[in-house]
Amino acid sequence: MSDSTYTQLLDLACGAFLLAAVVVLWRRDLASIVRVFAFQGLALMAIATLLGLHEHRWDLLAVAAGIGVLRAGVLPFLMRRALAASGETRETQPLVNVAASLLTAAALTLLAYAVSRPLVELDPSPATRALPVGLAVVLIGFFILVTRRRALSQVVGFLLLDNGITAVAFLAASGVPLIVELGVSFDVLLAVLVLHILTTRMRAAFGRTDIDDLRELRD
Amino acid sequence: MTPATTTAVLTAPIVVPLAVACLYAGARRRGLTAWAGLLSPAAILACGSVLAATVPDGGPVTIDGSLLRADALTAWMLLVVGAVAALACAAGPAYLAHERAAGHGGRGAARQYNALVHGFLAAMCAAVLAANLGVLWVAIEATTIVTAFLVGHRRTRASVEAAWKYVVICSAGIALAFLGTVLIYYAARQAGVSEAWALDWPTLVARADRLDPDVTRLGMALVVLGFGAKAGLVPLHAWLPDAHSQAPAPVSALMSGVLLAVSFTAVLRYKVIADAAIGHGFTRALLTGAALLTLALAAAVLLGQRDYKRMLAYSSMEHMALIALGGAIGSPLAIAAVLLHIAGHGLAKTVAFTSSGHILHLRRTTRIGRVRGLLARAPGLGAVFGLATLALLALPPFSLFASELGIARAGFAAGMGWPTALALGLVLVAFAALSSRTARMLLGPAPDAPGTPAVPKRLGTTAALPLVTGLLACAALGITTGPLTRLLSDAAAIIGGH
Repeated sequence: MSDSTYTQLLDLACGAFLLAAVVVLWRRDLASIVRVFAFQGLALMAIATLLGLHEHRWDLLAVAAGIGVLRAGVLPFLMRRALAASGETRETQPLVNVAASLLTAAALTLLAYAVSRPLVELDPSPATRALPVGLAVVLIGFFILVTRRRALSQVVGFLLLDNGITAVAFLAASGVPLIVELGVSFDVLLAVLVLHILTTRMRAAFGRTDIDDLRELRD
Repeated sequence: MTPATTTAVLTAPIVVPLAVACLYAGARRRGLTAWAGLLSPAAILACGSVLAATVPDGGPVTIDGSLLRADALTAWMLLVVGAVAALACAAGPAYLAHERAAGHGGRGAARQYNALVHGFLAAMCAAVLAANLGVLWVAIEATTIVTAFLVGHRRTRASVEAAWKYVVICSAGIALAFLGTVLIYYAARQAGVSEAWALDWPTLVARADRLDPDVTRLGMALVVLGFGAKAGLVPLHAWLPDAHSQAPAPVSALMSGVLLAVSFTAVLRYKVIADAAIGHGFTRALLTGAALLTLALAAAVLLGQRDYKRMLAYSSMEHMALIALGGAIGSPLAIAAVLLHIAGHGLAKTVAFTSSGHILHLRRTTRIGRVRGLLARAPGLGAVFGLATLALLALPPFSLFASELGIARAGFAAGMGWPTALALGLVLVAFAALSSRTARMLLGPAPDAPGTPAVPKRLGTTAALPLVTGLLACAALGITTGPLTRLLSDAAAIIGGH
C-alpha cells in the first residue's frame, strides 16, 4: 500500500468515525442510533487495521478484529436486546434541540482541534494529524451523556466517549499494550452489562427509563 | 525476601479476597459462615505488615515480568485497606441479620453481598499493588463495576437511582483519566521508552524529565479530573452523597474510608511524573482549586443537611478536599500528613458509617430531626457515634487532629498561606455544622413513641467490638505512629521527595 493511499484511507475511516458520532446526535429513533453506533465500531476497526497494515504489525490486526467483535457486534447486540425489552423507540425531547446540538458538535470539533495542537506537533504524521477526530468524538460523547434523557441514550454517550478514547490511543501510539487493552475492553463490556441490568431494575421501579424520573435523592 | 515470599506477599492480597468471593458465590446449600469474611482482611493485613517490615530497609519489591510492585506507599495503603476492611467485614454479619429481620432479601441477597464485598477488596488491592498505570486504571474501574450492585443492593427506587448515577458519572469520569493515561503513554513513547515499559510507573518516574511538557500538562489535567471523580472532588462529585447514603452501611464505610483514598493515591502517583516533567506549579494549581471548591461545597451543604448518612458523605468530601490540599502542597511533611489523614479518616469514618447503620436499624429513619435522645435510648451506640464524630471533627487525641495540623503547618511553610487559611475557615464552618447536627441527634430525652420499649437498648458485644477497636486504633495513631513512623516517612518521600 503506498503512503498516499494509506493516508487517504485513514482519513476516510476517521471521517466516517466522526460522522457516525454526529449522526447519533442528529437521530432520535433509538434503533437507528444503535445501528449508527455499530457502524462507528466498524470505522474504528478500519482505523486499527490500516495502522496494523502500515506498520506491518500483525498483533494490531488481531486487536482490530477483537475491537470489531466487541464494538460492532457484542455491544450493539446487547443494546438491541435492551431496546426490545423496553418497548421504547424514541428519545423524548432532549434538553438541547437537534439544531443546537449539531452546532454544538461543530464547536466541540473546533475545540478538539485547538486543544490537540501540541499533540500533533510532538510527532506530525498522517495518524497523529487525524488525532483531533478522536478527541472530538470524546467531547460529543460527553455532550450526549449530559443532554439525553433516555437511559439507553446515556449508555450510547458513554460508549462514544470510550470509542473516541480508543481512537486517540490508536492514532497517537498504535494502541496501548495488549494487556491494558484487554482489561479496558473487559471493563467496558462489564460496565454496559451493569447498566443493562440497572435499566431493567429502573423500569421495575419507575415504569420507564427516563432519567428525569431520577429525582428522589437531593439536598 | 526470597522470590517465592515476594510472589506470595504481592499476590495474596488480590488472590485471597477473590477466592473468598468465589467461595461465597459458590456456597449454595448451607451458607458459608459469615466469619469466613474476616479471612480477606487478615490476609491483606498480614501481607501489609510483612511489606511494612521489609520495604523500608530492602527497598521496593517486584515480581520479574509481572505488573505488581510494592513500595512504602503500597505497604501503607495495604495496611489502611486491611484495617478498614477488617472493621467493615466484622460489621457485615450484624448488617445482614438486620436486613433479614426487616424482610429485605434472604440467603441469596446475603450471598451476593458477601461475594461482591470481597471482589471489591480484591480490586482495591490490585489498584494499590499495580506497577503499571494501565493496570491501575483497570483495577479502579473494576471497583466501580463491583460496587454498583452493592449501592443498589436494596432495589428501592432511591437505591436504583443512586446506582445509576454512580456508574454513569464514575465510568465517564474515569474514562477521562484513561484518556490522560493514553496521552502520557504517547509522550513516553515519543521520549524513547519502549512499548512494554511506557506505562510502568518506576520507568516513567525515572524518565519523566524527557516527557513533552505540553502533552503531559493535558494528560495530567485529565487524570486529576478523572481520578478526582472517583475521589469525590469537584466537578464530578455528584454521585458521592447518593451512593454513600444508599449503600449498605459497611459498604459505605469501605467506599468512604478507603476507595476514595485509593483513587487519590493514583493522582499522587501521576503527580510525581508530572512534577518532574512540568514543575510543581500546574498540578498544585489544579489540586488547590479542586480542593477549595470541594471544601466550600461540602461546608455549604453540611449547613443545611437533614439526613445523617448524607451528612457523613459530605464530611467525606470535606476530608478528601483536605487530603487534596495536602497533595497540592506536596512537601514530605504534607504528604506524611496526608497519608496519616487517610488512615485516620478511614478508621473514624468506618466507625461512623457502621454505627449509622445501627441507628437506621433502631430508628428506621435517616432524618436527623427524628433521631433525638440517642444517648438516652441507646447509650452504647450513641457514645460510639458521638466519639466517631469527635474524631471526624479532628479533636485530640484522634489522629485527624495531628494530620490536619500537619497539613496546615506544611501549607504555611510552603508559601500557600492564603489557600490554607481559606481552607481552615471552611473547615470551621463544617465543624460547626457537623457538631450541631450530631448534638441534636445525641442529646435530649428519649422521645416517647408508642410501641417502643422504655428500657435503653444495648448494642451487644459482637456489634460493639469492631466499633470500639476502630476508635482505639484511631486514637492510638493520634498519640504515636510507633513502629510505623519509618514507613510513613518513607512513603511520604516517594511522593514528596522529588
